[in-house]
Amino acid sequence: MHVDLYERIWMWGATAIIVVFLISIGVTTFSQAFVPPSHIETIDPDEVRSHSEFGEPGVTIHADGSATVVVQAIMYAFLPREIHVPRGQPVTFRIATPDLIHGFQIAQTNGNAMVVPGYVTQFTTVFEEAGEYLIVCNEYCGIGHHNMFGTLIVEENPSAITGAER
Amino acid sequence: MIPSHRLALANLWVAVSAFTIASAMALMQALSRADLDLPFRTPKMYYLSVTAHGVLMAIVFTTFFIMALGYFFTERAFHRSIEQRTVGWISFGVATLGTLMASGAILLGKASVLYTFYPPLKAHPLFYIGATLLIVGSWGWSWVLIRTYLVWKRENPESRTPLAVHGMLATIIVWLLATVGVAAEALLLLIPWSLGFTEKIDPILARMLFWWFGHPLVYFWLIPAYVIWYTITPKVAGGKLFSDPLARLVFVMFIVLSTPVGFHHQLMDPGVDATWKLFHVFNTQLIIFPSMLTAFTIIASFEVAGRLKGARGWFDWLEKLPWGDPAFSSVALAMMIFAIGGWGGAINAAYGMNAMVHNTAWVQGHFHLTVGTATALTFMGFSYRLMPALTGRDLELGLLAIIQPYLWFMGMLLFSISNHLTGLQGMPRRIYQFQYGGSEIAQQWLPGTGISAVGGLFLFGSALCFAAVMLGTGLAGTKRPQKEIDFAEPIEPPGHKAMILDNMKVWTAIAIVLVIAAYALPIIQHLQLERFGARGLSPF
Repeated sequence: MHVDLYERIWMWGATAIIVVFLISIGVTTFSQAFVPPSHIETIDPDEVRSHSEFGEPGVTIHADGSATVVVQAIMYAFLPREIHVPRGQPVTFRIATPDLIHGFQIAQTNGNAMVVPGYVTQFTTVFEEAGEYLIVCNEYCGIGHHNMFGTLIVEENPSAITGAER
Repeated sequence: MIPSHRLALANLWVAVSAFTIASAMALMQALSRADLDLPFRTPKMYYLSVTAHGVLMAIVFTTFFIMALGYFFTERAFHRSIEQRTVGWISFGVATLGTLMASGAILLGKASVLYTFYPPLKAHPLFYIGATLLIVGSWGWSWVLIRTYLVWKRENPESRTPLAVHGMLATIIVWLLATVGVAAEALLLLIPWSLGFTEKIDPILARMLFWWFGHPLVYFWLIPAYVIWYTITPKVAGGKLFSDPLARLVFVMFIVLSTPVGFHHQLMDPGVDATWKLFHVFNTQLIIFPSMLTAFTIIASFEVAGRLKGARGWFDWLEKLPWGDPAFSSVALAMMIFAIGGWGGAINAAYGMNAMVHNTAWVQGHFHLTVGTATALTFMGFSYRLMPALTGRDLELGLLAIIQPYLWFMGMLLFSISNHLTGLQGMPRRIYQFQYGGSEIAQQWLPGTGISAVGGLFLFGSALCFAAVMLGTGLAGTKRPQKEIDFAEPIEPPGHKAMILDNMKVWTAIAIVLVIAAYALPIIQHLQLERFGARGLSPF
């Protein structure tokens, strides 16, 4: 099959671009563990509200300084409504919902995950800048979808949290 | 009138009607997102109109237009009428009935579940049954065209499949592979559950089946646009197709790669293993190739046209192109927009990077460039040839037709770029308003949503031009014999080179193997989990 010289050059160029894309995805995945939230754990949506973990959402600071945040996503709020986490430490979010699919997005960060009834969403991230962040639901969940939000406060001083949360 | 033209025309009218209604819905949304206080503006109306816009544009307008195109191209390319026209009419009836049922449920406020209808959001059963009938109707259309192709093939065993038919067959194969997923979702999960036969539904399984369908759906939209670009536009431009075999290679690559990619829409989902997501992401990146190839071949064909008209310099061939012919300008502008949309798509499917844009306004910015322009603008531009050809009437209101693609182009740049930017600033998609308790971050989105509303006004103006030209031409155009729509000739006839590209059985078989590789194991693994299911809710 005859292919014009310029078109052949273009085809090699296109191939090279795709190879670069694949390599950069591969490298960030395997060397930096740059992986989207893919935790596999199921939970009965009917039991979320009375669940020993998700029934009492809140923040736990561990001895090594890292934090675990348990969130209940409901129509139309994230509980707890205000979340305090330490700056510069791994923060693991564990989120469950008793009702519909929601999105948990910490605006202007890469904290972004779907929350699906029947499943536990879990991801870990680090916040490098202290301050107040907006959490929004980014998956349509009915008539109050646009009212579903929360606040995340990244604290410079972790001792402020321990007193406030648990 | 040629009897089968009546069938294509019936499909075209449904497409045009759906498009016009959906455009009005879009105007409301664009203004609402800019936080303008309009009469009737309520959350209920907003989410209803987002659903109606999505379903009528992305499913109804596209599917009916593609069905019209399939009938028309097949008959023009084979110089014979389609087989089993009765099946075609029955399919049209079934698809139209389904459309009326689903749209009725939406407009009555019983199905504001958006066009992705993720359970446990629960719509009225008529919505799911109607959508299923629309797909069943499209299967009838697929059958008629495959049947016509096979009869032609039997009579012409040595002939090369005409390129337009080759592309439409690719469209049909992708569609059949894709709709297996959504049919399974509707028949096994959604319909029994919405009728109350089952109490609970597994949302992740439903999402897997939906996106099995949902991503190849975008190639179902795109391939017919490419068929127009390859087989019609070079001729409209006054030139020839730069390479015929590479066009076939592009269509074949879409058959093979369109379906095993759906998990890239579920990168942020729990309950789906990261390894499978990565596999789908790799497949997705490969689909960049056929579109890169298309960009070269079509632009080279335009250059050929310009040179045939006497251009000598590096860029003066651009000036020789028929920018005042909407059948040309629509495609040229659609290609420019698609260049932006394609790169955005590569970002969406880039595994990690997706976290910055997933479900933000970026996403609607993205797919209004792709399906909303690469596909829709191409279809509108070709309609200015198709409607006269099918009705035997002159094109009316030609001036509106000339400005329409430019209005769309301007509007889409404003709308889409602003949505990409507000998405990066964290604005979610599909929200009625963004007070968020007076959040400072949300305030940053206001200028962007304002620009996007201005874009929406341009787009609505463009849509009105299109609707006016279609109505004027189809109902009131002067009746007289119309010029035939001719296919572009390749510079070098394909002869019998690379005949393997015409062997649809081989490519379909490879595609099926890939679909099984991409879905069988993940679904089997998924079914092993202790799954609880969710009850339905209809909060709209």
